[in-house]
Amino acid sequence: MNGKSEVTERYLKLYKENIDKISGISSPYLNSFRKKAIERFSELGIPTKKNEAYKYTNLNTFFDNDYESYFMPVKADFVKAEKFRCDVANLDTHGIVLLNGFYPTINEKLRQLPSGIWIGSLNEAALKFPDQIQKHYGKYAKNENDGLIDLNTAMASDGLFIYVPEGVELTKPVQVVNLVLSDSDIFNQPRNLFVVEKNAHFSMIICDHTLSPQKFLTNAVTEVFVGENAHFDLIRMQNEHNAACKITNTFIHQEQKSLATSNNLTLHGGLIRNSTYHILGGEGAECFSYGLFLTDKWQHVDNFVNVDHAFPHCTSNQLFKGVLDDMSTGAFNGRILVRPNAQGTLAYQKNNNILLTDDAKMDSKPQLEIFADDVKCSHGATIGQVDSDALFYLQSRGINKREARLMLMFGFAHEVIQNIKVEALRDRMDNLVMQRLKGELSRCASCLVKCG
Amino acid sequence: MGLKSRQRTKVKRQKVNTMLIINNLKASIGGKSILKGITLQIKPGEIHAIMGPNGSGKSTLAAVLAGREFVEVTEGTVTYNGKNLLDMPPEDRAKEGIFLGFQYPIEIPGVSMVNFMKTAVNEHRKHNGLAPLSASDFLKMMREKKEMVEIDSKLANRSVNEGFSGGEKKKNEIFQMAMLEPKLAILDETDSGLDIDALRVVANGVNKLKKPDNSFIVITHYQRLLDFIVPDVVHVLYDGRIVKTAGKELALELEEKGYDWIKKEVENNIPV
Repeated sequence: MNGKSEVTERYLKLYKENIDKISGISSPYLNSFRKKAIERFSELGIPTKKNEAYKYTNLNTFFDNDYESYFMPVKADFVKAEKFRCDVANLDTHGIVLLNGFYPTINEKLRQLPSGIWIGSLNEAALKFPDQIQKHYGKYAKNENDGLIDLNTAMASDGLFIYVPEGVELTKPVQVVNLVLSDSDIFNQPRNLFVVEKNAHFSMIICDHTLSPQKFLTNAVTEVFVGENAHFDLIRMQNEHNAACKITNTFIHQEQKSLATSNNLTLHGGLIRNSTYHILGGEGAECFSYGLFLTDKWQHVDNFVNVDHAFPHCTSNQLFKGVLDDMSTGAFNGRILVRPNAQGTLAYQKNNNILLTDDAKMDSKPQLEIFADDVKCSHGATIGQVDSDALFYLQSRGINKREARLMLMFGFAHEVIQNIKVEALRDRMDNLVMQRLKGELSRCASCLVKCG
Repeated sequence: MGLKSRQRTKVKRQKVNTMLIINNLKASIGGKSILKGITLQIKPGEIHAIMGPNGSGKSTLAAVLAGREFVEVTEGTVTYNGKNLLDMPPEDRAKEGIFLGFQYPIEIPGVSMVNFMKTAVNEHRKHNGLAPLSASDFLKMMREKKEMVEIDSKLANRSVNEGFSGGEKKKNEIFQMAMLEPKLAILDETDSGLDIDALRVVANGVNKLKKPDNSFIVITHYQRLLDFIVPDVVHVLYDGRIVKTAGKELALELEEKGYDWIKKEVENNIPV
């Protein structure tokens, strides 16, 4: 095809160079998707600002770079990662450590927790649970306008697999600490699949940390299947340095009467794009999509949400907030699609942003496409400063202006944080956000990177 | 120099028996003149009611005293306990003992009442050279004050005024006043929009908090609040000026006759 950009060519070349190696370590089922995917990627390319969904985000700053390696996990890398411990006190979780998005290959590649759930490598799961993989893999990650999803499908060699059998209710959340660590600039493409069967309850926390100052580019795709009447809760805590670019594409497919929550908490990162797709694929399903980001300097955070009301009587709620300092920029795109048969739909969307300086910039775009009649939809977007009436109210009680501003910004952020169900994490997030607002670097104590 | 030092002694002497001295205060909002020369003195222990028709400048006066930035003081002085009040930022006025009960209390989602009051109380304590209250002492204080002003204890567990009814918001103002124990409380139409029960709760709160050394300015449109809170002095504000000052019987007269006779009196007596 003509007019293929230089950047796109770069990744087609990367594919050619690595495909044999990738195919060699991946399961045949995963490999069976690659040819078609790279063809589609070749047509679509790396998204540019001409693509409506990427109108406010310039990916070139990170994609137009020579990454010395395309990451594929080897044993030795995991030794360092295994030493990492999360420092959140009182967080009672099943802990898992990933390296650049990959499950450790040191011990077992796939293991069963006492509660009955399976956690491990996607490739390993393709051997052990071929039925599950064939039923769900590649079924939900669909966006015909986004070449990045195809690029992941074409080249991803592994990722995290979680299987929660029917009726299993986990009392403790699973915490996945994803360490981003390398000696050279690298490009990662993990591919995850979580299957939560009928009547099961499962919640997980994914924490992203960068542990070395190299330039990182991650393009992750996660597919989630939430069975009938099941509950799924995903919290993503992003705390990466300014030379890291993270693109997450999360597709959550829900069956009838299921409940799913996604919460993207972005504390730090150079360029972050979270695309969250909620597919309400059964009657009476309900989803909550939350997001909070705090940016400064040249950071950019883009939340792209796509809620697909494909069945009647489903409910969706979106609440996204941003606090932007310095010359940082942000974007929100919230799409709600109500298909013709989806009567009795309730869909809500709220996006509020505070700009702390004249140089910070935020673009907010609601996108409601409603094809049914019996629908209740609302959306609201605000971009502004700290409310001067509220500021005066606090001051009039003896609280100084600086502290009052801080309280208001904290309160603004807390509206998102308060939806975190795990108390220890909620407190920790409050704490981190407060530190961040005070201008102290809000990295976990274990983060070694001091990024300016 | 001589004149200056004489003025200073004068202020010092007034401090003993006068809490607030407003002298020929003029203020405007967005270039529009609202207060056109107000002179008023309040002694410790006094309750002053300020009444007047809509648009007469009552709330603007409250805003000037509390330190709202959008009101521009163009002339005159306000001396509070011997200090120049107009030089102080709002938070310092509060810590010096001035409290404004808002006509429209602000909703602040995400900020809990507990955290808000704890910060405010401890700021006051720091100002007075006291150590911050321990968590348990603070909660005990909250409980006592809640009982005192008869507010629903659940209100204190929520975000500041978020989802409160009109009556709850006003009660919450009285609760905050009880927590901060001001020397001079300015209640800006705290009675507006209240039913008789809520009105009684608000008035009881004020009466319980009244001490020989603290003062109140009660701004109201109607006389009915003054059935419960008995003022020492009633002022009528009209077109940015105090046009009449008398005892509590003036409130009853206004209730009976409305404001028209005052307006006529003012117009016939021009210049005031």
